[in-house]
Amino acid sequence: MKLFNLFRSGSAPIARERLQILLAHERSSRTEPDLLSILREEILAVIGRHVAFEPDKVQIKLDRGKSVTTLAVDIEIPHGSRIGGIAPQYSRLTLDSGASSMEKQVA
Amino acid sequence: MSERTSARVVVVTSGKGGVGKTTSTAAIGAALARLGDKVVVVDFDVGLRNLDLVLGAERRVVFDLINVINGVAKLPQALIRDKRLENLYLLPASQTRDKDALTEEGVGKVIAELREKFDWIVCDSPAGIERGATLAMRHADTAIIVTNPEVSSVRDSDRIIGLLDAKTEKAERGECVDKHLLITRYHPWRAARGEMLSIDDVLEILSVPLLGIIPESEEVLRASNLGSPVTINAALSAPARAYFDATRRLKGEQIAMEVPSDSRGLFTKLFGRKAA
Repeated sequence: MKLFNLFRSGSAPIARERLQILLAHERSSRTEPDLLSILREEILAVIGRHVAFEPDKVQIKLDRGKSVTTLAVDIEIPHGSRIGGIAPQYSRLTLDSGASSMEKQVA
Repeated sequence: MSERTSARVVVVTSGKGGVGKTTSTAAIGAALARLGDKVVVVDFDVGLRNLDLVLGAERRVVFDLINVINGVAKLPQALIRDKRLENLYLLPASQTRDKDALTEEGVGKVIAELREKFDWIVCDSPAGIERGATLAMRHADTAIIVTNPEVSSVRDSDRIIGLLDAKTEKAERGECVDKHLLITRYHPWRAARGEMLSIDDVLEILSVPLLGIIPESEEVLRASNLGSPVTINAALSAPARAYFDATRRLKGEQIAMEVPSDSRGLFTKLFGRKAA
């Protein structure tokens, strides 16, 4: 058992890499205003101009990688919640910075 | 007694709890006193005081920091003189009062008064980043950041370093708190096997100069059990020597850094982990 452990590579390099990525982000966010909450507010304001949705049916996910960060916004919209001139055909709206896709599902 | 130049206010801080702030405050405070300086250790952990216990003075507490701030007691009435080292004093925290009783103005007055009487004022910060922690670092000239080579401790230390650079009096004057890293609970054999962040990893991530490396040791636990800092109780043990070296570096001496090594025999290395 102990002999076996000697040949297993340690987890310290992983700890080190995770910390470096995390702290690079945390240090920059100490000086910058909270980017995520600004994005959240502005994106929701734009969408809210056209369709009505419940704020607690919004999911925002941020996944920080070493070189790329992806932001995914997932909003559940009840049928027939149209505001203004857009047809209420979105049942689910997903904005994803990684693929910059906007899923459109026909109700 | 040493010539009274200007007093130095040191905060012992970490963000994370349980990394060894109180133990280190007691050990370094006692080491400074043994090296001839006049020292007061101040407990800022209102409601959860423990520095009195680690110093073996728990039954001698009458007045505390908040009593002094509120004017219930004068500072000399609240200071407890160590029974072993005549140069070492404790200003305990209150165990019962609300921590809102710590006011910035009150703490400032107490620290100013202590500066008149002592060479070193060593402030034991509570864990976290709330009022007690920010007030403990508020007037510091020097900070000792206690870190374990472990991810959550390193992350919290980084956060504390950010606060030291922003929320202290020195930072607000455009100066910089003199920061030192004290790595505690270091397991040489774990680091050697790549199971624990190495000293170099921690230093590279935090970019703060190293004050010392304290090896994990049963002597530290024993010292707390007995209420006698390891630098008094077992002055020749590995952790005590590491604390004395760190203390000398704090005083400005140049001392080569000794990385604790794995001193166990081959047999223990392969078949047991008990020895430390």
